[in-house]
Amino acid sequence: MTITAAETPVPAAAGRTPVHPAVRRRMLKKRFTLVGLLIPGGAWLALFFVAPILTLVILSLSTGNVGLGWHLTYTWSNFTQSITSYKAEFLHSFEFGTAATVVALLVSYPAAYWIAFYGGQKKTTYLLIVLLPFYVSQLIRTISWQFILADQGIFLGPLKALHLMPQNFHILATPWAVIGGLTYAQIPYMLLPIFAALERIDRSFIEASKDLYATKWETVRRVVLPLSTPGIFAGVLLVFISATGDYVNEVILGGTGTGVIGNIINSQFFVNMNYPFAAALSLVLMVALLIIVIVYSKSLGTEDLMGGGTY
Amino acid sequence: MGKGTVAQMTDKSESNPLENMDPAIIRGLAMPRMTRRGFLGLAGAGMLGAIAAACGSSSTSTSTATGGSFSWATAKKAGVLDFANWPLYIDQNTVNGKTVYPTLQQFTKETGIKVNYQEVIQGNSSFFGKIEPELKAGKSTGYDLMVITDGPVLTQLMMYGWLTPLDHSYLPNFAKYAGANVKSPSYDPGNKYTLAWQSGFTGIGYNPELTGGDITSLASLFDPKFAGKVGMLAAVDTPNLVMIYQGVDPNKSGPSDWKKAAALMQDQKSKGIVRKYYQQNYINALENGDIAISVAYSGDIYQANQSSKGANLKFVVPSEGVFRWTDNMCIPAHSLHPVDAITYMNYVYNPRVAATMAEYIDYMTPVPSSKNYVIQDANASSGSNKAGLLAMADSPLVYPTAADFAHAYYGPALDPTAYQTWNSIFQPIFQS
Repeated sequence: MTITAAETPVPAAAGRTPVHPAVRRRMLKKRFTLVGLLIPGGAWLALFFVAPILTLVILSLSTGNVGLGWHLTYTWSNFTQSITSYKAEFLHSFEFGTAATVVALLVSYPAAYWIAFYGGQKKTTYLLIVLLPFYVSQLIRTISWQFILADQGIFLGPLKALHLMPQNFHILATPWAVIGGLTYAQIPYMLLPIFAALERIDRSFIEASKDLYATKWETVRRVVLPLSTPGIFAGVLLVFISATGDYVNEVILGGTGTGVIGNIINSQFFVNMNYPFAAALSLVLMVALLIIVIVYSKSLGTEDLMGGGTY
Repeated sequence: MGKGTVAQMTDKSESNPLENMDPAIIRGLAMPRMTRRGFLGLAGAGMLGAIAAACGSSSTSTSTATGGSFSWATAKKAGVLDFANWPLYIDQNTVNGKTVYPTLQQFTKETGIKVNYQEVIQGNSSFFGKIEPELKAGKSTGYDLMVITDGPVLTQLMMYGWLTPLDHSYLPNFAKYAGANVKSPSYDPGNKYTLAWQSGFTGIGYNPELTGGDITSLASLFDPKFAGKVGMLAAVDTPNLVMIYQGVDPNKSGPSDWKKAAALMQDQKSKGIVRKYYQQNYINALENGDIAISVAYSGDIYQANQSSKGANLKFVVPSEGVFRWTDNMCIPAHSLHPVDAITYMNYVYNPRVAATMAEYIDYMTPVPSSKNYVIQDANASSGSNKAGLLAMADSPLVYPTAADFAHAYYGPALDPTAYQTWNSIFQPIFQS
């Protein structure tokens, strides 16, 4: 995109008058500058994205063991085995990821809305309050939930003492604990983009909507919500991808029957040292996420949303 | 220094809520490694290593990394030793706010070898993931001595020739003072590559308030009475303990025994008895009352009782037997200072040194005759120090007798092929 934009003046100028050498030099320089600007980012992508992915692909098609090394033998069985052996874990990951995304959206949107429209002078303070817990390591925060939600902990303990719930009731070691942990961990990533989108909305649109006799709810539904979709889109993307790949919450808050694919990948790498299988699992997860994201983007029409210039 | 650490320990036990527990048990139970608990923090860093390893290795053909042309005959003392160990796994003291290691200082004084002591091992597999690329490439790992638990990682290190064979002419103390139970262990006949650092037990930990009584048998792990309140560890220890319950010696077990153990575990799981297969933090779960009883490392229980007020957990060696493991000193291939490493290996088998270390670590020491020095230290001190040291000298968990070992079993060696079979049997239970 940027390169074509830079090229356009050249033929346009050439069409009218022969280009003066000095001008041509300047244009070449401009083009080199643009290419030069792309180099750091491009090199970064090549080094830390393309190269690892290629390595992962090669590894996933290899056989061997840690001692003797891995050989590229174009063995596809890792991929078929990934899906047949770990269907349940893949499904758990997507279920937990989806649930966490939905809950995070339902929680974050009203909060972001309130901060953006009613936060007044204290907006930054409120945002800071949202972000404050995230200055603490995620591991520590998740382990704190272990204490808060413990069977005899500060939350369930008193309720059980008052016989308001059965003695064997527990939240930890259930899917709900995992979804809760994921949601909690992801809320800022949902809230901030939505807040940014809401903040950008021209307040005169809202006034106009009122002038046109829209009720408060209609204004939200037909003006604010559509204008904030870029924020929702970004938030959902951020949260869904990281919540689906997360396994820390499952390890700490889950129990039997809540296994997720991230955990399987981890143990294939570090316990079994079966690097090809772990690589294949990672790629399957990546491709599945990619497909979901593409379908999601198409259905939300991101071309317009990401352009940002629709209003 | 013995006095310093002893004083420190007794101070702790005086202020700790465990006074009603047998002090011998308390002292004997120490296994102050963070081992399985450090797991999550490490995973990320290890992952990079593993990927880098995978990158570097895809073109390697076969490994001939046996240390190349290394020979003990021509090896010379370098005056430096790079030692990789687990956290809190050696005698230590605080002097002017700095941590010092008295037995290491003594070693430097005696031999002139400076020890670069690093507490970098938090898990066998993750540490192996870090050093494996260098070993495969035939390069130095940067360590001359490391401590690895018997099991799949150690088996692989030996199989691929990634350890330096020991020259026992450097190890007179080992020949003279090592206990019979650490000489020529099943996983390393003739101590060709390894010498024991310390050993320990995996048994049952429980919260007596929730179990409503003492636990003595592994059967309690399968008791429907504790449905939803039983913790199992997602580690090799668990299947081994289950096999012991089934009357199988895990050291001699094979796939058919493993399947039988898996069937029992699957049954236990589908009946809802298992709360969770813990990768870490089962101690918190015991303390918080999420579980009443769990497969447990003896020292974790000890540490929990020491570090949190009001905790009163118990560890028991089950009547059916107990799973035993040994952490081993070994010299990685391509070590830059092997003579310094083997000199140190010999040094820790000096009973006086072993006693000082045992007084701090409270593990199962590989040097039975160090007991005399512990008693000597006890007689030189007074009051509770004396009582604590005497109790420790009597503890079957620090100085086990031959009878105590009769029901302590090692796990199978598990070469990579067997380990894959093992994992294919047990991981589906741990993970879903």
